[in-house]
Amino acid sequence: MSKSPEILVKGHAHLGGKKLFEHLELRVKAGEWTALLGPSGSGKSTLLRLIAGLATAVEFKGQIQTDDAQSLMGRIGYMAQQDLLLEWAKISDNIILGSRLRGAANPSEKCDKIIRAVGLSDKADKLPSELSGGQRQRVALARTLLEDKPVILLDEPFSALDARTRADMQDLAASQLAGRTVLLVTHDPGEAVRLCQNIYLLQNEKLVKAQPLEPPFPKKLDDSKALALQAKLLIQIRAGA
Amino acid sequence: MNSAIRSGIAAMLGLIILWQIIVSLTGVPRFILPSPYLVGVSFIENRGLIFEHMLVTLTEVIFGLIIGIALGMITALQFEISPTAKFFLKPVLIFSQAIPVFALAPVLTLWLGYGMISKVTMAVLIIYFPVTSAFHDGLTRTPQGLLDLSKVMQAKPLRLLFLIKLPAAVPNLLSGIRLAAVYAPIGAVIGEWVGSSQGLGYLMLLANGRVKTDLMFAALFTLGFMSMSLYGLITIWIKLAFKRFDTP
Repeated sequence: MSKSPEILVKGHAHLGGKKLFEHLELRVKAGEWTALLGPSGSGKSTLLRLIAGLATAVEFKGQIQTDDAQSLMGRIGYMAQQDLLLEWAKISDNIILGSRLRGAANPSEKCDKIIRAVGLSDKADKLPSELSGGQRQRVALARTLLEDKPVILLDEPFSALDARTRADMQDLAASQLAGRTVLLVTHDPGEAVRLCQNIYLLQNEKLVKAQPLEPPFPKKLDDSKALALQAKLLIQIRAGA
Repeated sequence: MNSAIRSGIAAMLGLIILWQIIVSLTGVPRFILPSPYLVGVSFIENRGLIFEHMLVTLTEVIFGLIIGIALGMITALQFEISPTAKFFLKPVLIFSQAIPVFALAPVLTLWLGYGMISKVTMAVLIIYFPVTSAFHDGLTRTPQGLLDLSKVMQAKPLRLLFLIKLPAAVPNLLSGIRLAAVYAPIGAVIGEWVGSSQGLGYLMLLANGRVKTDLMFAALFTLGFMSMSLYGLITIWIKLAFKRFDTP
């Protein structure tokens, strides 16, 4: 993996003549987790898609820069709320999807290592339909890890999981993705507080930076400071609604 | 036995009984509507003949299916690979559907002769569009999430097509193939009606001309049974072979 860059997004966006956000300045720090928190429809996923270079319905005017002045193309790993597994392909083939799509060499040795790291060694030859929701999201994480990209964009990847599986996945993702520039889009203040050194709240067309907690991360589930910050953020979100 | 087959058999038996009652009550002449009993007798007496002609029609249908499905798949893939091909060929394809296949049958017979080729061509023509259309629909409806993921992964276009778009379109393709299994016999029989010396369509015309209405019905039911069996076998094959593809 090459060095993780810092990403700076500046600008404003409109959706069909309606303002989505303006004078926005989002700094995704190098090698750290940054949360983009906000209610549904606030434009947080749109912002992530803009960084990923994916199509959006908005008109964006501004810049997306990196501190090393290189393009983000080909340096991004992406995980969405859906696991996006190919139902017809074995787990191991799903994990190496990126290199298959690029026609690159089969990274089988690395793949075995990653399958072990996410605890799915005995599932490599199974089909996605034979796995539980949590296991499927682990496969998606393994697929992202195998890509070995310095920038990771996470679009509510744990929101469809049950509470226990979600906490497990958060721990696993935090340990496996440490040292990369991670942007986590989420509507869950608890998740943002547990995982992220930097927290932004996107609400009512504005981006507000919240006072983050001190490392280490991920925070324990019963960390009192984390719970207090979670409550504070939730109150802030409700007040803005 | 599954319930669909059971209810199908029950409905058939019901219809046959109703048919027998109508014939007995109305005394309709046998050259207009023979009783199911007479049709059964004719079937048994002519089983060798019927089977021989059925083999001809079945061969036409199977060749038609294989060629039609292959051509349909190639066309749909071509549309997906080349926007230019799609731009020029799709209107032609749709326009071609405005011409009833019936109207083409005499021309095909004129060009391709009375043999099997003109019938296979008819079957191909009749299934080509549903297969192309169903498969192409599937190819253009890949879930957006998968397309996003492949874009971030910098997929090569052809690899995206064969690793994601094509497998994601398999359920649509299979729907097209099941439709094709129903349509192909229609194409073959139309071809036989226009000009041939073999096949169930020919046998029906021949029997009709000689007022052997019972034989005509026996051939008709054989055709129906053959088409249903073909559809059933293809459905079972799809269920078994394409389990992982969320088949229709």
